[in-house]
Amino acid sequence: MLRPALKRASYILALILMFLIGAELQSNGFIEEMLGYQEDVVYLTGQHIELVAISGGIAILIAIPLGVLLSRPGLAHIAETAMQGLNIGTTIPTLAILALSMSLLGIGTLPAVFGLCVASLLPIVRNTYTGLLEVPAHLREAAAGIGMTARQMLLQVEIPNALFVMFAGIRTALAINVGTVPLAFLIGGGGLGELIFTGIDLDEPVMMLAGAIPTALLAIVVDLLIAMLAFLIVPKGVNPLR
Amino acid sequence: MIKIDNLTKIFDTPNGPVTAADNIQMEIPQGEICVLLGPSGCGKTTTLKMINRIIPPTSGRVFINGEDTSGLDTVDLRRNIGYVIQQIGLFPNMTIEENITAVPRLLGWDVNRYKARATELLEMVALDPAVFLKRYPKELSGGQQQRIGVARALAADPPVMLMDEPFGAIDPINREVIQDEFLKMQQELKKTIMFVSHDIDEAVKMANRIAIFRDGRLVQYDTPDDLLAHPKDSFVESFVGDDRALKRLRLVNVAQVMESPAPCVTPQDSLETALQQMEEHGYSHAITLVNQQQQPIGFVSKQVAQTTKGYCGEHYVGLKGLANINDDLRKIASLMFTHDSTWMPCVDDSGRLVGHISQRGITHYLGATYRRDGRQAAPYNLKLA
Repeated sequence: MLRPALKRASYILALILMFLIGAELQSNGFIEEMLGYQEDVVYLTGQHIELVAISGGIAILIAIPLGVLLSRPGLAHIAETAMQGLNIGTTIPTLAILALSMSLLGIGTLPAVFGLCVASLLPIVRNTYTGLLEVPAHLREAAAGIGMTARQMLLQVEIPNALFVMFAGIRTALAINVGTVPLAFLIGGGGLGELIFTGIDLDEPVMMLAGAIPTALLAIVVDLLIAMLAFLIVPKGVNPLR
Repeated sequence: MIKIDNLTKIFDTPNGPVTAADNIQMEIPQGEICVLLGPSGCGKTTTLKMINRIIPPTSGRVFINGEDTSGLDTVDLRRNIGYVIQQIGLFPNMTIEENITAVPRLLGWDVNRYKARATELLEMVALDPAVFLKRYPKELSGGQQQRIGVARALAADPPVMLMDEPFGAIDPINREVIQDEFLKMQQELKKTIMFVSHDIDEAVKMANRIAIFRDGRLVQYDTPDDLLAHPKDSFVESFVGDDRALKRLRLVNVAQVMESPAPCVTPQDSLETALQQMEEHGYSHAITLVNQQQQPIGFVSKQVAQTTKGYCGEHYVGLKGLANINDDLRKIASLMFTHDSTWMPCVDDSGRLVGHISQRGITHYLGATYRRDGRQAAPYNLKLA
C-alpha cells in the first residue's frame, strides 16, 4: 500500500528535520541562551497559569449561572437584548478593556483579572444560553409530563443535554484567555508577557521567544485539558466523542 | 376513572382568542381505553394535555377516580399519571434503566425496588434486561425506544395514562406489533387510558370508546361499533370512512357470529349419512369431516354425496380455510375472499371443531344493528357483499 509507506517516510523525514534544526540551534548557541531564561520562564509561567485559573474560574462561575438564568422562560423577553449587550461588549478590544479596568482599579493583578474575566465571559454565556435553548422541546415536555420540578428538569435533563455545547464555550473562552494574559503585563499583571514585551523592547528575539513559546504551549495544553474534561464529564448518551 | 367536566381552553393569539377546546364533557370508565380522534387542530391533544396541565385549562375541572385534580399540586398530579408522547422523549443523557426509573426516583423509591422494577418492566415490553438496561436511547431502534417510553410511563404503576399519538412515529409493521403487545399488557394492567390518534383504524383497534373532535368540540362519544354503525352527522361519517361497515369486522370475533354446535361427519360414516345430515341442516354445498380428535380435516361436498357411494373417508376434499374462534371477522372475510368460499369451520385453541361461520352469518350479524333501529339494512349489506 502506498499511503502507510508515505506516512512512514514523512515521519522519518520530519524526525530528521527536527534533529537538524535542533543541531543547528544547539550549534549557534540559541538553546543555551534560551536556557538562561529558565528561571524566569518557570516563575512567569506559574504567574500566567494563576491569572488564567483565577480569571477563567471567575468567568465560568459568573457566566454559567448567567446563561442559565437568561435561558429561563421567565426572562425570555430580556434574554435577546442581554445577549446583544454582551455581544457589543466583546467587540471592545481586550487591550481597551484592560486599559479601562486599569483606570478604574489601578495597577496590578486585580485589574488584570477583572479585564480577563470580562473578555472570557461572552463565549461561555452564549454557549450556555443557546445550548439550553436548543434542548428539544419534547424532552422538556416529557420531563414536565412525568412530574419533574423546574429545578429537577434543569439539573437532570437540560444541563446534561446542553453540556457538550457549554464545554465548547468554555474551551473557546479559555483559549482567548490564555492568549490575552500576555497583555496583562502592560497593566502590571505579570505573566509571560513580561518576557515577550521586554524582548520586543530590547530587540532580543530569544527573550521574546522564551515568552512566546511557553504561551503557545500553554494554550494547547489548556485546550487539550478542557477537551479531556468534556470527554469525561459529558454523559455518554449525548457525547458525540464517545 | 377520568371525568372531564366542562373543560375549556381559549388561547389568546394576535388574531384574537381561539377556542381550542369548547366545554368538553366526558367520562372514561375504570380500565378502559378512550381514543380521542379527529383532524389536526380539532382540540384532541389540547384536551389530553389539560388533564396533566401541560396546557393549563381556561375553565372546567378534571376528576380522577372521583378526586378533583384542581386541588392537587401539579407535580404530584403528573407523577401519578403515565405520560407517553409521540416524539417518545427519552432522555438521551440517561441509560434505559435511568429513563425507566425516572418517576420512581422522583418519588423516592429505594434503589433495590426501582432497579427490580426496571427489570420487570423491560421484560413486560419484551426487551431483554441483560441487553438493554445499560444502553442509551440512541442505541435503540424507534420501536424499541417507544416500548421504553411506554415502560417509563408505567414505572410507578399510575392508575391513569395519557398517550399522545404514542405509535405515530413507528413504521406500520412495527406499529401493529406494538399495538398488539400494548393491548395484551392492558388486559392485565387495566389502566384507564386516554389516547390521542388521528388514525381511525388505530382507534377502532385500540379503543373501548372513541371520542370524535371537530373544531374544539366533542362531536360524538361512543363505542367503536356504535360509532361505525351510527355516525352522528356527515362529518363523523366522512371521518370514519366509506368502508366503515368493513371496519366493524375487526370489532367482532368468530365466537360471536359462528353457528354451533356444528354438524359433522367422520371418515367411517357413509356418504348417505353425510347427505342425510346435510339435508337435515339445510346445507346446500358441503359438510365438514373431522378426525377422531374432532379436528376438521376436510369436507364432503353435496354433489359427491349425491352421486357416489362409499365412505366419507374416501371421498373428501381438503380444507380451504379454518377460523379460530378468537380471530376477528376481518381476517375471516379476507380468508373467504381468498379461497372463494362462503363458509368455514371454526376451531378452538386445541384445534377441535366448535362451529361454522358463513358469509350470510356475518352480514346478518353486522346488519342486525341497522335493522334494530328500523333503518334500511340493504345499502349497508350491499357494501359487504
